[in-house]
Order: sequence, then structure tokens, then C-alpha cells
Amino acid sequence: MAGFFSPFISKPVGVSQIMLKVLLALIPGLALYVWHYGPAILVSITLASVTALATEAAMLKLRDRPVAPFLKDNSALLTAWLIALSIPPLAPWWMVVVGTAFAISISKQLYGGLGSNPFNPAMIAYAILIISFPVHMTHWLTPHGLGSVQLDFAEQLNYIFQGVLPDGIKLDGVTMATPLDTLKTQLHLNGNINAIMEMPIYGYLAGHGSEAVAFGFLLGGGYLLASGIISWHIPAAFLVTLFASAGIMHLVDPAHYVTPLFHWFSGAAMLGAFFILTDPVTSPTTPRGKLLFGFGAGLLTYLIRTYGGFPDGMAFATLLMNICVPLIDAYTQPAIFGKKVKP
Amino acid sequence: MRTLYKFHGGVHPPTNKDQSNQTSIKQAALPSKLIIPLHQHVGNIARSIVKVGERVLKGQIIGRPEGHLSSAVHASTSGTITATDTEQVAHPSGMPDYCITLIPDGLDEWMPLEEHDWQSMSHTDLRHKLRDAGVVGLGGAVFPSDMKLYSHNQKITTLVLNGAECEPYITCDDLLMRERAAEILQGAEMMRALLYADNVLIGIEDNKPEAIAAMRTAVEAGKHERMEVIAVPTIYPGGGAKQLIRVLTGIEVAAGVRSTNMGVQCFNVGTAYSAWRAIRYGEPLISRIVTITGNVAHPQNFEALIGTPGNELVAQAEELSGTTGYIMGGPMMGVLLPSKQVGVVKATNCLIAASDKLFPPPAPAMPCIRCTRCADVCPSELQPQELYWFSKAKNLAKAQDYHLFDCIECGACSYVCPSNIPLVQYYRFAKSEIWAQEASQKAADAARERHEFREHRIEREKLEKAEKLAAKEKAALAAKAARPLQSPATVTIPNADPENTIQLKIQTAIDHAKEQAAASKPKNTEQLTPEQLAQIADIEARRARIREIAKAASEGPA
Repeated sequence: MAGFFSPFISKPVGVSQIMLKVLLALIPGLALYVWHYGPAILVSITLASVTALATEAAMLKLRDRPVAPFLKDNSALLTAWLIALSIPPLAPWWMVVVGTAFAISISKQLYGGLGSNPFNPAMIAYAILIISFPVHMTHWLTPHGLGSVQLDFAEQLNYIFQGVLPDGIKLDGVTMATPLDTLKTQLHLNGNINAIMEMPIYGYLAGHGSEAVAFGFLLGGGYLLASGIISWHIPAAFLVTLFASAGIMHLVDPAHYVTPLFHWFSGAAMLGAFFILTDPVTSPTTPRGKLLFGFGAGLLTYLIRTYGGFPDGMAFATLLMNICVPLIDAYTQPAIFGKKVKP
Repeated sequence: MRTLYKFHGGVHPPTNKDQSNQTSIKQAALPSKLIIPLHQHVGNIARSIVKVGERVLKGQIIGRPEGHLSSAVHASTSGTITATDTEQVAHPSGMPDYCITLIPDGLDEWMPLEEHDWQSMSHTDLRHKLRDAGVVGLGGAVFPSDMKLYSHNQKITTLVLNGAECEPYITCDDLLMRERAAEILQGAEMMRALLYADNVLIGIEDNKPEAIAAMRTAVEAGKHERMEVIAVPTIYPGGGAKQLIRVLTGIEVAAGVRSTNMGVQCFNVGTAYSAWRAIRYGEPLISRIVTITGNVAHPQNFEALIGTPGNELVAQAEELSGTTGYIMGGPMMGVLLPSKQVGVVKATNCLIAASDKLFPPPAPAMPCIRCTRCADVCPSELQPQELYWFSKAKNLAKAQDYHLFDCIECGACSYVCPSNIPLVQYYRFAKSEIWAQEASQKAADAARERHEFREHRIEREKLEKAEKLAAKEKAALAAKAARPLQSPATVTIPNADPENTIQLKIQTAIDHAKEQAAASKPKNTEQLTPEQLAQIADIEARRARIREIAKAASEGPA
């Protein structure tokens, strides 16, 4: 029998389809990731996914909630993918597991599960890991064509699970700091932007390899926008703010401040703009609120990247802005039908 | 080309109109019995004036309008009254209401009808005639039309005729406009005169090209001036009065504001037709066009007598197996009827035979993920996700701050919700909670006033006694003083000036009470617009229905 009350019909798009589309949108970026860095990322994605689903199921059971419908909503899977994409692919297996389990159990389920978490779980995982294991978090894979040696898949697996590298290969030989991190270090050493950009790890706009991955996420973001999964407000406000702050500083002092495009295509900017900041649960709901949220995140990201102690500011900018969401929502309520102030 | 305006949001559910608009309106067969509720309109229930066993003629008044806001109810055919009792009715509550049961004698014998030319009648007479003819809004709100045909000293510039029919499945207005356009327009002329309105705008959604063409032809043929048929975009709820007014005129009528304050009045096309028939031919509102669709072999429109049992009407379209119940109205805002036997009422624009295939049971609700698809489609530009949150938490004050009462319950939010949350149900619940609270507060206020008056009376009586006593003592003193031999000892009178102190106390108490009462005056139960009254009636009924369901559930096998 149909429901007791109207409406008796509904649009057949559920939460799980929405999450699935977001997962699909990650594929171009992921493909470019594999292309440039090898398949290690797929291992961490698998690890994170299994951990996320297992933790989610265990927590739901503990909380006496139905397990199947929530496992099928794909939200834990999305968190897992975002965590895997945020940490170095060569990170030891237990880091992925600890980060993901923490994100799902503490920052999602303990707050009430789907829809109730104030902070983006993936960014909580990143924050926990970078604070607890800062060294491991800086060992990013060197993109193909840059390092002297290159690990094959078996060797990557061996390192992830056993922590063992082939004889004669040092960790530093196959990993490097991120382009953002390198930039910061070099600037500390009184380097000049033009000289720094000549380093082999930099490509056309930003880091060699990583800029392509960022472009992949931009493509995926375009798909999310086109299919109406996300609205333009947050990505636009975030990217414009990041571009503007970087642009102003670059115009003022081009020798010490990189181009705005470098910021766009470095670190987690593109991933954050379309996949992390736009998490509906942890972002504002009103159009003006979304703009404000994106603006704040963009500004904070730039400030942390440029003046802060961490290589990338995306995660902390996201978490700081997450705190402001209830306030932003409360103060940006739009005028309603018939009650707009006439100009 | 006229500029049309947009309203925010809206959805595009499958229209499902083609099934029932292929054939012309068919006269429904005379049913075996008629169950005619006395309360088919907003306002006071009509008073029964017939007795069991009495023979009535077609069109004869069987329920008289009571009080200011009410409407008459008539016998839909000739026959014998067999019961005047409570029956199940076509109302969201499913609660029984007073009905008159009439067994037709098959003669279909009219009472003598008075034909009139509206142009030679006074406006007051016209309104009385409409009221006695039981003409109410046929778009679903069933508000007595005579009450809406005043201009209230305001300049009405535009009369909007609503032929949008935005709800899926329903085609009764479509067919009415195709087949009886000229009479609709005659009704519109009469309404325009009563309102002293300048223009008539007729809004029809552009998925009804035949109706648009028929109406345009009729406007030309009838040489109607300042009357325009306008195709409006097909989008739900574009047929909501406020939405249609917005699209046609650009005016936004806020909740709690009468559209006439802004120079616009709106009627359904069917109402215009019935108003015209009531005056021109003296025919009271005893039948209406009803779309029978859904799980039937031949979906189509019938002209059905008010009171026709639903199952007898649906049977004429050949109900298919698997029908689990009837939905009255469309799938977005309609109500599930408590049984298949309940009678057609003036609000019955459509009966959809529901089956599990057409309307699968709703998927289990998931938590809200704040995706704001609901806000994207809300025609009132509300934040449904916030309202849901506050309603669920019973944070009723906050829900009102977020404009709960501007919600028109169109269901667009529930329709798009990816978490399948029955959002509208939460809003109905919150609204009814608030009304219940305000009603009990009103009662408490009245009790307090009574109590304060009693205190006041007791004080006053005390005072009067003291005054009498004082006067007596004074008199005694004066008598004493008259005897010079006695010592002139001063006598203190208790409560030397009782008036001032006690009166002052009383006055402060009264003032205080007044202030309190003013501060806690209910916002949502006084000075309401017709729409709000209708909504309250609906919600009250739904509350009762929910209680019934809950009771049944708790009494059922555990």
C-alpha cells in the first residue's frame, strides 16, 4: 500500500545514488593518479574502503541501528576514498586503517552517524594522521619519470604491508615532499620563485604529476556541477578567493609568492573545492552561507599554506570552517516568498 | 507577448494526464445511494433541515448555511432521505461527519428553478444566491465563493482564473475548459462585476493546448474585453493560487495576507462555471467533474452527483484488480480516503485508484544529509531542512521563526528528498502542535480572566461592605456629636480611604493581567485568512486521523 499521507510519489534518487555519483566523479582524478604514481593508491583505497565499511557496520551494531541500509548509502565508502586520496599512497597500511577507523567511528558515528557529524570525517582523519605521524605523512611518492628508481607494484605492496624496500633503495629515493612543501622549504632557504620553479618536480602550472591529478578532480567537479549533485557556490567562492588572495600577493611580490594557478593545482585545492568542502552535511545550506563558507575556506587555505606550519591548509581550513556552519546558517537565512523587502 | 514571472523552485513529476483526457466528459450513472456530507466547505457546518423518510427534489436545500461563513447543501437528485447520521466522509481525517443519506427514486425530478440575469440583480442578491446555491471553491479549498466576491473597499485590478491544474493525474479542469469554455467565461464576467475588477487573466499550464485553444476561441467568440488566456509553464505547484498570481502578475502574496489587499482575486475555472450555472439557471452545486484514473481500465472524467459513493463512480471506469484504496486529489497533495464507499464531495476533483504498482510503498526514511534539494524546490523559498530539524525536535518557536506557517504543504520537498523523509508530515505535525498549544493557552487566558474578575468582584463587595460600615459609623459619630455633653473623642475609621488603596491594587492587578494577555496573544489562531482557516480545519482533522491510526496500531496485535 502507498503511504498514508501525500505526497504519494517521490523522485527515485536516493542518498546512495548521490554518493555513488560523487565516487564516480573521483575516477578521472584517480586514473591520472595511477598513471603518474602507480597503483599504490588503489591499495590504500581498498584498505580504507574495507576498514570504513567494517567500522561503520560495527558501530551501527553497537548503536543498535539497522546495518544494511546505512552500509548501502555509500557515504562510508566516499569518506574512505577521500581519506586514501589525502594521505601518501606509500603510507604503511596501519595508518590508513587507523585514520579511517577514527574518522568513521569517532567523527561520524559517535556524533550520530550519517547526517549528524559536524566535521568532515575525511579531514578529521587527515588532521589526526598529520599530527600523530608527521614524518610518514611527508613521504609522498615521486611521480614517474622524476626519481632515479621506480617501485613496481609488488615492491609498493611489500613496503605498505611489511615496511621493506628492495635492497639498495632508500625511502628518500622513491618519495619526496609535496610541491607545496618543497616550495615552503625553498623559500625559507631564501630561494627565488623563478629559480624554484625550475626544479624538476614542478610542471607546467604546479607540481609535476600532481597538477594533472588536480585537473582530473576539476573534471570530476565539472560533472558534479553539471549533474546537479553540488551547487556552484562553494567551489566558486573557494577557488575565486584562493585565486584572488594568491593573485594579489603574487602581483605585489612575484619573487616570493607563487602564481594563483599554482595554488589552484597544488595540494588538495581541487579535491577540496569539489569533493570535501561541498559535503552537504558539514557545509552551510543557504546560498549566501555557501559563498561565505567557500570564501572563508579559500582565505584560510591560502594563509595556512603561505604562513602556517603545515604544507597544505585544505584540511584545517575545512575543519575551521565546519565549526562556523551553524552560525553561518543562522545569519544567512534568505528572504522568503512574499516577504522580500521591495527595492 | 505578456511577460510572465517565475516563482522559486517547483518540480516536474510525471504528469500522467494523457490517460484520462482522451475522451469527453461522461454523465455518471445515477448511483444506488447518495451520502451527502453537511460540511463540504470551509466554515460552519450546514444545518440539516430534512427528516428521515422525507421525499426531496433534485436541487432542494437539505442543509442551510449557518452563520457568516457557511454554505448550503442540496439534494443531488430526487428521492427519499433514509438517514441523517454520521458517516465516513472524504476528508483527510477519516473521521465520521454528519451526512444525509438519500436513496434516489430514479425520477431525477428537479425542484422549480429560478433563472436570472445577473446583470439585472443587485450584488447583495447575487452573493446570497451563490451562498444558497452552495457555490464554493472547486479547486480544492472549498471556500464559500460569496465571501470572496467582495472588493472590501480595495481596488481589485485583476481577477485571476485558475485553470493551471498542476497536480499530476487530474484533468477535470482541462476537460471543463475544452467543453464548457463559454460558460466559464460568463461566470468570470459576473465575478469581475462583483469585484469591480479591471482585467481577467486566465492561467492554463502549457501542457493543455486544447483547453487553451478552446478558451481563447471562447474569449473571441464572446467578445470578452480585457480578458486574456495565458499559457503558463508546466511546473508543480504552478497552480497554487499564490504561485499562479506570481506568474501572471509578478505579485507575491505572503502568508497571512489576502491577495485582495494587493489587488488580485483568484478563482478556479470550475467555480466560475458553477457560479454562472447557479445564477443563470438557478442550478445549485449538486454535481461536479471528477477525474477517475489510476488503476482503472478506462480513465476518464465524469460529471458526478455530489454524494456518489466513490466505488460506484470508479466502477464506471472499470476498476482493475490490485486497487488498494482511493486517493482523492492528486498524488502530491491528495488524501487517501478512509474507505472506497465515501461520497464525492465538492472538493473531489479526482479519484485515483491506487495500487502498489502505481504508488509503491515509500522507502524507509534515512537521516537528512542537508543536501538542500528541498530548499531548491520550495515555492515558498523556505529552508525545509531547518524546518524539519526544528519540527522533529519540537522546537516550535524556532520553527515559526523559520516561517513554518508560510509552508503551503505542496509536497515538493518530500518529492525530491533523497532520504525519503516525509517532510510535509513533520510540518503538519508542528503546525497542529502550535495550534493546539495556542488553543489551550486561549482557554487558560479565559480562565485567568474569569478568575481575576471573580477576585475583583470579591474585593469590590468587601469594599462596599466597608463603605457601608464607615457610613454607619460616621452617622453614629454625627449623632454623638449632636449631643454636646459627650466628650469629642476622635474616632479613627478603619480604612480611612479604602477606595484609593484597594482600587489601586485592583487596577494594578487588572493592568498586569492585561499586559500578560497581550504579550502571550496567539499569533496563528486569530485574524486568519480563508486559506489558513481551511488549513487549520484540514490539520485538525489529520491530527484526529493520526490519533486513530496510532490507537489502532497500539490496540492491534503487538
